[in-house]
Amino acid sequence: MSAVEARKSVPHRYGPYGGQYVPETLMPALAELESAWLDAWSDAAFRSELALLARDYVGRPTPLYEASRLSERVGHAVYLKREDLNHTGSHKLNNALGQALLARRMGKQRVIAETGAGQHGVASATACALLAIECVVYMGEEDMRRQQPNVQRMELLGARVEAVSAGARTLKEAVSAAIRDWVEHVDSTHYIIGSAVGPAPYPAIVRELQRTIGDESRAQLLGRVGRLPSRVIACVGGGSNSIGMFAGFVEDAEVELIGVEAAGEGLASGRHGAPLTAGGRAGVLHGSLSAVLQDDDGQILEAHSISAGLDYPGSGPEHAHLRDSGRARYVAVTDKDALVAFRELTRLEGIIPALESAHAVAWLLANSVGELDVVCLSGRGDKDLAEVIALSASR
Amino acid sequence: MSADGIERIAAAFAASGKRSALMPYMMGGYPDLERSLAVGEACIAGGADMLELGVPFSDPLADGPTIHAAATAALAAGTSVSDVLDLAAALTGRIAVIMMAYANTVLTPGIEPFLDRLADVGVSGLIVPDLPFEESDELERAAERRGIALVALVAPTTTDVRLHEIGARTRGFLYVVSVTGTTGERSGGPVSLRPLLERAKAATNVPVALGFGISTADQAAAAADAGADGVIVGSRLVRAAGEDSDGAAAVGRLVAEFATALAAPVA
Ligand SMILES: Cc1ncc(COP(=O)(O)O)c(C=O)c1O
Repeated sequence: MSAVEARKSVPHRYGPYGGQYVPETLMPALAELESAWLDAWSDAAFRSELALLARDYVGRPTPLYEASRLSERVGHAVYLKREDLNHTGSHKLNNALGQALLARRMGKQRVIAETGAGQHGVASATACALLAIECVVYMGEEDMRRQQPNVQRMELLGARVEAVSAGARTLKEAVSAAIRDWVEHVDSTHYIIGSAVGPAPYPAIVRELQRTIGDESRAQLLGRVGRLPSRVIACVGGGSNSIGMFAGFVEDAEVELIGVEAAGEGLASGRHGAPLTAGGRAGVLHGSLSAVLQDDDGQILEAHSISAGLDYPGSGPEHAHLRDSGRARYVAVTDKDALVAFRELTRLEGIIPALESAHAVAWLLANSVGELDVVCLSGRGDKDLAEVIALSASR
Repeated sequence: MSADGIERIAAAFAASGKRSALMPYMMGGYPDLERSLAVGEACIAGGADMLELGVPFSDPLADGPTIHAAATAALAAGTSVSDVLDLAAALTGRIAVIMMAYANTVLTPGIEPFLDRLADVGVSGLIVPDLPFEESDELERAAERRGIALVALVAPTTTDVRLHEIGARTRGFLYVVSVTGTTGERSGGPVSLRPLLERAKAATNVPVALGFGISTADQAAAAADAGADGVIVGSRLVRAAGEDSDGAAAVGRLVAEFATALAAPVA
């Protein structure tokens, strides 16, 4: 190992997965980011600034809500971790705010982000408005269409939304466009990646910033019922709300960890967003080695999901490792079942979930054998209303 | 199969007879397979000293719009990795070919099988633009065993410590990225070519080639003046390959212009 690599205390590999598969141009920036992060995370002042904002601005801790009608429906106790109640409506702000503070600390005047559902874009635009940092968000044209309210929100917040017209015009291409922007403007710019993906140190940073979901849930449940859950269930796009939730429970061997991917039109159709569930050879996408959808030549395939936030052919490297080690289990839910769960939760609990989160609820509805489950309700569904209503009309 | 690829590259630099060796980049399978063979032949006829052959990849993070679009078009035209290897086989008898492939293209079939295929078709070198040295140990060893040059890149952002590590590890030549950015045509020149090249040369004992953003004969001449041992021209030629009705002829004319700009002064 070379001298350059000597000081390293953020994981770069999760089993065989992870790494830094990026152009040389970015390598010094990744090293700078890693050391700035280590520095900030061990600085009490940084931590308390973030904690104060998390409380007074984001609205943390979010409630752990005992969903009684849902519990009745499945036959056992179900608690919902209400990340939908965060300011901006999803868990994404936990990460975006932490990274925006880090950007400011590194002296970066410009932030870029990618977005699928628009939730990470809105969260980044929000954090940048708060900290008076310039913000550019890359978004696929198809996602701009299906998540129009979030485009308007980002623009109101002062961000510039760059339409990405390559490929399927969804999240994968938005991440690629953001990385290319970063290659061009690496000196002035911090890239706030929106999920637990990308080259090291990103998966580790995003995990730490999202682990508040799992840590709070664990403490809340122990405080309330004095026991751990039998299952913890979260949807997996790139894997940030799930890895944050899992981080709180991964040491508790008796707690089953379940990641729910998008089965789209069905795993057999090939039109899905479930690389962890589908298995197959690992591949490199967006700077790390992990489970990806790819062909025999290593060309990355397009994902398909009704939910823009799960419409991604890759996955966070730590998830691939948790899968291989057997510590977590990955399953997939179709568009159709997610839509049913979307309606069902709305009627049962008066909570309109994000289509992403509806995947986790759908899996619970179909697998009601637990004793005490915690489901991560990663976001609220307002952004999805137009899409859901249009789909129902066409069916 | 050709002689040792590393030696063949060294010989090509030595035999160029120009101020800087001319190294055109082309996208395999663009606009389609047949026409890309014609593009390669036009590069040779126009005076190329070595040829960089890109393997189209779905998510090319180091490439700007021109090469990204060419890769997308090549894939849409049905180009496979084997097609590009066949294309290489048709060219390596006439010129040293350096293949440019993204990490996933190399890792998916497996490093050993992939390099066996490169060796079989006589490819001399390999550039993997998203594989920094932190990730390249295994590929370096496998390439070395076959005499294939694993060419490493340095960028303006590369620190001195990294530069020396990379300069020592690269084979064939050191690829100096002239701009902080992706591939693509740029007007004007990078601000400080000479210091960039001097820094690179001090860190390695192989030739130093400059690439990214060189799209005019003047820019190529400036690179030669600043001491580049080789000049890589990519996006400008890829654009020509796609836009004219006879792309290969257009590429040939451009390559000849670059060759003239790099020609040694008549004594
Ligand atoms: C509400 C919501 N949940 C989940 C996701 C999926 O992302 P991740 O897997 O990183 O949590 C998104 C992504 O946009 C989202 O907006």
